[in-house]
Amino acid sequence: MISVRKPSTAMRDPAWMRAILLSVALVFVGLFLVLPLIAVFSYAFEKGLDVYLASLVDADARAAIRLTLITAAISVPANTIFGIAAAWLITRFTFRGKNLLVSLIDLPFAVSPVIAGLIYVLLFGAQGWLGPWLAAHDIKIIFAVPGIVLATTFVTFPFVARELIPLMQAQGSEQEQAALTLGASGFSMFWRVTLPKIGWGLVYGVILCNARAIGEFGAVSVVSGHIRGQTNTMPLHVEILYNEYNRTAAFAVASLLALLALATLVVKQLVGLRMRRAAPEHDVAA
Amino acid sequence: MRRRRRHALPGFGLTLGLCLAYLALIVLIPLAALALKSATIGPAEFWKTVTAPRALASYRVTFGCSAIAGAINLVLGPLLAWVLVRYRFPGRKLIDALVDLPFALPTAVAGITLTALYASRGWLGRWIEAYGYKIAYTPAGITIALTFVSLPFLVRSVQPVLEQLEPDIEEAAATLGAGRLTTLWRVILPTLWPAILTGFALAFARAVGEYGSVIFIAGNMPMVSEIAPLLIVAKLDGFDYAGATAIAVVLLFASFVALFAINLLQLWTVKRRSAEAR
Repeated sequence: MISVRKPSTAMRDPAWMRAILLSVALVFVGLFLVLPLIAVFSYAFEKGLDVYLASLVDADARAAIRLTLITAAISVPANTIFGIAAAWLITRFTFRGKNLLVSLIDLPFAVSPVIAGLIYVLLFGAQGWLGPWLAAHDIKIIFAVPGIVLATTFVTFPFVARELIPLMQAQGSEQEQAALTLGASGFSMFWRVTLPKIGWGLVYGVILCNARAIGEFGAVSVVSGHIRGQTNTMPLHVEILYNEYNRTAAFAVASLLALLALATLVVKQLVGLRMRRAAPEHDVAA
Repeated sequence: MRRRRRHALPGFGLTLGLCLAYLALIVLIPLAALALKSATIGPAEFWKTVTAPRALASYRVTFGCSAIAGAINLVLGPLLAWVLVRYRFPGRKLIDALVDLPFALPTAVAGITLTALYASRGWLGRWIEAYGYKIAYTPAGITIALTFVSLPFLVRSVQPVLEQLEPDIEEAAATLGAGRLTTLWRVILPTLWPAILTGFALAFARAVGEYGSVIFIAGNMPMVSEIAPLLIVAKLDGFDYAGATAIAVVLLFASFVALFAINLLQLWTVKRRSAEAR
């Protein structure tokens, strides 16, 4: 943001225009953002706290929560390590095919979640390319946990790299150069200089990655097989409950996911503040 | 790079190897499986699948609803960005943060919530049906869901451009006697077009592939309210892998066209900037 400047009268909209634009904006935000958010929690609690809590401690719900956490615990660290490596590679070295690599990293964002699930079915499913081999060795990927983890990893693939690449580009490598000149090893340079420097940007990328990993529906739905208590993640559990007309329970589980979304937004704001404070020289560019 | 004297930074081989291996495993090999599968279908069969009446209807629903949702955001997104950047009112920061809600909220949660709101007995559906309209379980419901999921794209692509806008052009326009509306329409809006179109293309690309938020509210009637991603799932459920692959290729092609358009737009923006600088 540019430092506070006094809006001159030439930049002020007339009062009637301000009133109209502000009202339209507020109605839009109210209908599309605020109302759904209120609705999630009010439907979740419509039968009282007891029913709400009972829906969450139900065995299938607990299994779904556990699977979702396991999935995120594998996908998010894997994509974080990849994201750091990719950002280092892309911002610190010049090599042929770099632009192609950047486009390929973004590729999963252009792929429909359903297609993200489909490609793993084509690869590992019973009729897939590796299906017969997997069956012969008694390995299950599709309709099992590994498939869910793979599909989740695919859809959350670019998040960390995408946050870090512009940040590390802007920061440059002077400090790393200095550390090396002073005799630091590559590892201690990374651990003591690079990691603290990218800290908040990394936190931000990880949080976005995590939110998507926990909430992913389409890709996971295609590879999961929807086996209750076994291959059901939280979003899939919400779907099952909703389709069984168990609306209150569906919204109870959904409210946990909505809380996670709200927490993500809060952390995003905090990290944004920190980043702006930590690097005031980037303000003008940001 | 300009600097000559520099230490060779470590880790080129390590990070290159790691990136390529991981990229190949997670993204490239699985996508290659899709390409291989589509190559085995045969052109006649492929064409028959992707031009079947049910498939054509699903493209109409997907692309039509995505375009309408994009158009709604095309008008309201920049308006919201303008209000957030230029006006000061209580709750502004809160609304600014809420704009990212559709990115953070799991799509299934958005799907069931919008459905509950717009169904006949929902908070909004009740009202709307009193006037004789129906939104849930029709293409209108699909459009609502897609408007929700693609809402942040327009706001977030226009907002930084507005923040960086130099005040002098507006002042110059006012000094030269332009009314405020004229200034907005003839001076400010033209500088926003690349950002608006980029945001639209991003929103469209996202909406075309969207699944979770739509299937609850869509009604999912073949030929009427069935989106293309759902047709892929339906074919998969019937073990028609070839058919699912063919539809997927069409969808992917559409997304790539949208992304290619974004790249062209960004080139155009850079050219315009450098032309202005000269």
